[in-house]
Amino acid sequence: MLRQDVRVREGLTACMNCGVCTGVCPAAEFYNYDPRQIVTAVQSQDDDKIEALLRSDTIWYCGECMSCRPRCPRGNTPGYVIQALRTLSQRLGFFVESEKGRQQLALKRIIGQSILDTGYCVHPKLVDPGLHPEQGPVWQWIYDNDQGVYERFSPNYGKVGPGACRKIDDETLDEIRRIFEVSGGQAFFDTIEAHSERKAREMGHEHADDDYMMMVYTTNSGNHQ
Amino acid sequence: MKKHSWQEYQKDVADDKYYYVRSCIRQNFFPGSEAAFLNILRNDLHRDIREDAIHTSCTGIGYHSDIVPIETIMTVVARQFALMTESGYENFASSCITSFGVYSEALEMWHEFPEMEEKTREYLYKATGREFRKPRSVAHASDIIFHHRDEIASKAKYRLVNAATGEPLRGVEHIGCHYAKIFPKNGIGGAEFPYVLAGMIEAWGGQVVDYPERRHCCGFGFRNYLVRANRGYSIANSQKKFESMAPYKPDFILTNCPGCPMFMDRWQYTIAEMEGITYGADGHGIPVLTYEELAGLVLGYDPWELGMQMHQVDVEPLLDKMGVEYDPSAKFLGKNGKYIGQPLDAAVNCGCSGSSIL
Ligand code: SF4
Ligand code: SF4
Repeated sequence: MLRQDVRVREGLTACMNCGVCTGVCPAAEFYNYDPRQIVTAVQSQDDDKIEALLRSDTIWYCGECMSCRPRCPRGNTPGYVIQALRTLSQRLGFFVESEKGRQQLALKRIIGQSILDTGYCVHPKLVDPGLHPEQGPVWQWIYDNDQGVYERFSPNYGKVGPGACRKIDDETLDEIRRIFEVSGGQAFFDTIEAHSERKAREMGHEHADDDYMMMVYTTNSGNHQ
Repeated sequence: MKKHSWQEYQKDVADDKYYYVRSCIRQNFFPGSEAAFLNILRNDLHRDIREDAIHTSCTGIGYHSDIVPIETIMTVVARQFALMTESGYENFASSCITSFGVYSEALEMWHEFPEMEEKTREYLYKATGREFRKPRSVAHASDIIFHHRDEIASKAKYRLVNAATGEPLRGVEHIGCHYAKIFPKNGIGGAEFPYVLAGMIEAWGGQVVDYPERRHCCGFGFRNYLVRANRGYSIANSQKKFESMAPYKPDFILTNCPGCPMFMDRWQYTIAEMEGITYGADGHGIPVLTYEELAGLVLGYDPWELGMQMHQVDVEPLLDKMGVEYDPSAKFLGKNGKYIGQPLDAAVNCGCSGSSIL
């Protein structure tokens, strides 16, 4: 199944286990994480090892910076291999078996929903200073006075027409939603929801409701470094 | 750094007639930069650049958070190309580096796996009835500013020179991973010797200062910032960069990606609040600029029209060194000079702005 993903075909030919990817990897610096070992496991084609990866926190540490790509002497891209593993982990429902994997529900509900509702991955009202204290007092001021701040640079802030943070018109949003329907994006969202629902109940929640989402969004067991 | 290494990766950038797509992050945090880019192209360089109201996010943040499948993002990319085709343009210009990587990746994958292109065309037609031609060129907006850097220099009102001493100002640059690490040949200077920002600093009179972690990621890491539980990754990687650059006493940090300047600006604030550590002169932060802001300052745009009030780390120390004229009391005003309050001061700030309003 993994070999069907073009990113595995593009991203992995013959790894020689040199560890250069790990040497440049910002995730390896921060977490107990080694992209070389992931590539080795995938290359081994050992189903048990790969399934263990799909259920683990390990595949969720990567930041997808792609720093590993230009440096690999064999032309591999561990970051692509990880993208393929993450996709498969979600399709098979294994992502809910790890703390970091469960976070996909929060990403789906925050970023995914924003794309469908607004046409943007991120828009000013999504960056709530309460959830983003690191954004600081200037962002608080922008958030509280968005109209006044953005209008200085954008003729159509929150309105249809060209410009920064404009409202994307309904017809366009319909096109985006149809693209998600036709190309499998919506089905993928539904898969994330369905497996999260199953796991939420297993963990004693009534549903994969907002409380469950906040739990996966904020939980850090501290066992990752 | 040997200059000849850059020449291996010279990229042809279209000179005119661009189809511009915005960045989710840049328009959120640096809307003045996108406005400046369009104004500079249209009013200073007299080029044709089209912005279409019906383009959308490329969904790249969703793709790199692994919630948007590759087939879906390719179809969204195809829609953007279709809008360009319908408008009669061929030179695609992206305001975002992640998008730039995504567009390059789609074109490369379609080249390698033509069946994927076929499938994408089918999905697009089914969902929207649209069809597309591939762009003749794909540029990141910084490639375009780089391409016109000498013309900008010839129209400069200010230079990157200390107005008091005549010494060149010292800039450190941060390229942003997805600019050239995914497709080195698509970036000016490639992955190892990216010259796109350095070329601007040099053309406008400044000095580029090398530092050990110049190529290191800013620490965005997609899910590593977007999910609250993971943010330690993001701040730790930014901190590694600050510690690496601070000994060289830069006057400013110049950035390429829409996200990097936001992280480098906000994490300086957070580190100052949490640990009392600041990386700039006099106990303040190091100003972090977008390349549009830098080009705008050089051309004499008002810093508040460039949106530099939206930074957490004050830019005034740099403005003062360059000798830029500005009105401190106008910093936090809204449209038409309306007073809309102002932010509280933080450790990275100099207390140098807006005080006359109160
Ligand atoms: S750099 Fe390439 S060859 Fe070396 S361990 Fe990583 S993937 Fe394998
Ligand atoms: S893409 Fe992932 S594995 Fe590769 S260097 Fe970046 S964080 Fe490490």
